[in-house]
Amino acid sequence: MEMMKTAFLGKNKNRSICVGVVILAYIIIELLMFTGSLKSLFINLLVPVTSYIIVALALNLVVGVSGELSLGHAGFMSIGAFTGVIVSSVTSTMITNDILRLFVAIIAGAIVAAVFGFLISIPVLKLQGDYLAIVTLAFGQIIKSLINNTFLGYDASGFHFSFITNNVKLSTGGKMLINGPIGATATDRISTFTVSVIVLIIVLFIIFNFINSKYGRGVMATRDDRIAAQSVGIDVVKTKTIAFVLSAGIAGAAGVLYGLNFSTLVPAKFDFNQSILILVYVVLGGLGNMLGTIISTSLLVLLPELLRFLADYRMLIYSVVLISIMIITNNPTINKTIKKIFKKNKAEGDLNNG
Amino acid sequence: MDFLSYLITGLGLGSVYAIIALGYTMVYGIAKMLNFAHGDVIMIGAYAAFFIAGNFNMPAIVAILVSVFVCTLLGVLIERLAYKPLREASSLSVLITAIGVSYFLQNAAQILWGTDTKIFPTLFDFDNISLFGGKLQISLLTILTIVVCIIIMIVLTMFINKTKIGKAMRACSEDKPTAQLMGINVNTTISVTFAIGSGLAAIASVLLCSTYPAVNPTLGSMPGIKAFTAAVFGGIGSIPGAFIGGLLLGILETLSKAYISSQMSDAIVFLVLIIVLLIKPTGLLGKKVSEKV
Amino acid sequence: MANDTYVLKTENLGIDFGGLTAVNNFEIEMKTHDIYGLIGPNGAGKTTIFNLLTKVYQPTRGKIYLGGQEITNESIVSVNKLGIARTFQNIRLFKDLTVLDNVKVALHHSIHYNLIESVLKLPRYRKEEKEVEEKAMNLLKVLDLDEFTNSKAKNLPYGKQRKLEIARALATSPKLLLLDEPAAGMNPTETAELMDTIKLIREKFDISVLLIEHDMKFVMGICEKITVLNFGQVLATGTPDEIKNNPEVIAAYLGSDEE
Repeated sequence: MEMMKTAFLGKNKNRSICVGVVILAYIIIELLMFTGSLKSLFINLLVPVTSYIIVALALNLVVGVSGELSLGHAGFMSIGAFTGVIVSSVTSTMITNDILRLFVAIIAGAIVAAVFGFLISIPVLKLQGDYLAIVTLAFGQIIKSLINNTFLGYDASGFHFSFITNNVKLSTGGKMLINGPIGATATDRISTFTVSVIVLIIVLFIIFNFINSKYGRGVMATRDDRIAAQSVGIDVVKTKTIAFVLSAGIAGAAGVLYGLNFSTLVPAKFDFNQSILILVYVVLGGLGNMLGTIISTSLLVLLPELLRFLADYRMLIYSVVLISIMIITNNPTINKTIKKIFKKNKAEGDLNNG
Repeated sequence: MDFLSYLITGLGLGSVYAIIALGYTMVYGIAKMLNFAHGDVIMIGAYAAFFIAGNFNMPAIVAILVSVFVCTLLGVLIERLAYKPLREASSLSVLITAIGVSYFLQNAAQILWGTDTKIFPTLFDFDNISLFGGKLQISLLTILTIVVCIIIMIVLTMFINKTKIGKAMRACSEDKPTAQLMGINVNTTISVTFAIGSGLAAIASVLLCSTYPAVNPTLGSMPGIKAFTAAVFGGIGSIPGAFIGGLLLGILETLSKAYISSQMSDAIVFLVLIIVLLIKPTGLLGKKVSEKV
Repeated sequence: MANDTYVLKTENLGIDFGGLTAVNNFEIEMKTHDIYGLIGPNGAGKTTIFNLLTKVYQPTRGKIYLGGQEITNESIVSVNKLGIARTFQNIRLFKDLTVLDNVKVALHHSIHYNLIESVLKLPRYRKEEKEVEEKAMNLLKVLDLDEFTNSKAKNLPYGKQRKLEIARALATSPKLLLLDEPAAGMNPTETAELMDTIKLIREKFDISVLLIEHDMKFVMGICEKITVLNFGQVLATGTPDEIKNNPEVIAAYLGSDEE
């Protein structure tokens, strides 16, 4: 963990680099699309990749900045996604502008996910270490089960809801919003790449501004030394709660973008494996390193697609790549060599000897 | 009478969880890592037994022994190739590697045996025991599962407390550098731990698949997560904790399936886990670690 | 009630760990503006007393008063808000934060902007961040750390790390500063400088200082009053001269490996 706790202390410089990279990538992709040189496979991946980047950034706020392991972030994404689907469906006649409706859905999804984030943070943040991680895992499972058993419809007379068994009867013109394990169907696909990128940039601003505020300093201090943080008067539970709730809200927003990008969405999509995948993006990108998260998420979402020519072997190769990366990046000899090549922390190293 | 029957079924399922949870908890106790690939070792064990029993018409014991052998070897191999290079790395790096191993095993199984679900052959052709004039039917397989679990528990406790290697395991779980200075070979000890945990996973896989005879590449995921939960429930790192946690989880799951809702049983199990951890933040039998200031 | 002229007063303070009594019947009366020394052989319970005073541990018995107010049942966090700040024997800095941020963390009391204002960088955020930055820089200058502002705390030399802990503690504007072995690992020149620094900050920030230290020259040179601890109990209390000539103290020290 030590070596990966990359410095995010460059303040505005890091933020500018991240935003710059995102805008540059956006321009390049748009140009490629304009000239027709992007395969439709990749075009279809643009919104999902951006959503995953956003949720990975949110998770990095918890794992990297706050120093707590969460194994249930797909749960917040799920809450956001289904909230988004509901809001978008219900408001489709009121708000005819798709972009506006998408933003309304994103805000709603973020708020609902943040509320759940707050509820779960009450038990979660009282615990520490691996036990905290288990509770987030348990939470992710509970959310999946809950949505899997939710039947929600909407018609002229309002919402109709039932749990576990489907007793929802709708009048003509009514629409099933969440249909148990089948999830959401016939969703308006209103997510666009441009809006996703705008949300991503807003999220980057929020995260960096948070890190450079008393809240961010508070969580990082708590991460580095809980007792010392308390001894300077920091309410560690409250501070961690704020970071966790913010992260849940951002994950919810990512979920909305993701959910409104597909016409069908099953609750099982956001399972434990999904939470783990997001964690993989964060760890490979570097704890606390937002640019690293953006790059690693893009590569890792695209990697299975790039490996498609390997047919059945592609996920096998993917797993071997994953294990190899972990072993190589943690090899002391290789690390030393890399450090020798990039001797940018020279000044700090000298202080150590002084 | 129904309740008694559910309770026994729950104990049977719980015994399987307990055997798997032992693997998690022993590895956690010594290597301080969450071995997320443990569930997939179970899956490989199930395929090994399936392959032997299905193709060669061998007696059950041969299938079990082959399965144990394959899993033990696999466990040691995984540890040597994937985890050992990461001894000094952060726990998160090890966690991600374990996830990589899990993907690898699942996808390897897919390539070797396909994604379709295969029916596990009947290894134990047992009748039900009829009690109270037929009012209570108990599967002998369930009884066997419970008995096997208790035997494993007793043997393992004796092994840990009495044998030299068992003592070495305890020493390593307390303090690896000091254990090394005392002349204990830490690498061997960790390998033995993985070997035992994986061998137990094989036994669990045969018992599990004899009760629920469906074999597919993701077979190990859910029992893996449940057993892991059981280990945490009991206090991760504690062997009696894994045993009690496993049994409680099995009973809880079976009873909530029977009396509340089969769809919501997982949610209920995880909810109870959260509540238990709120009351006892390090599980039922977990050690409280206090920090020196 | 304790008298207000005492910044710190304890009555029959004690803690047991399991069956073991670590500290028993510890009583101190520390006058406002004093520099007060707490000495004793290793294992005498000095750091445990710091942990009791700052509520890292809950006392098994006894009472603690800060400036006349009872704080026995406050939390670590509220004890700091009420005016006690401390350093740690086994340095506990926020190691991955910069030197400047270590101090800024502790200045959070003087920040009033909310989450929305910080995330959107509204004017109050900008204004208060600027003020905090100035305050932090001032503290770093007082402790002669300003040249390390942007280094990570973990990369500082040992002596500087101890000073950074003092700067961080001062940032919470305490009435009472507890220093746990501030001179440990420092060479004689650094120790002499530190003595001046402690006297300086007492005047500059109008605080009282309670310190644990093994370096007798340091303790005798800086403290107005000293309490000697042995086996978790008070052995003697007095001025440096009284302590130096106390036969019990001499016996306790000659009987141990300490200097």
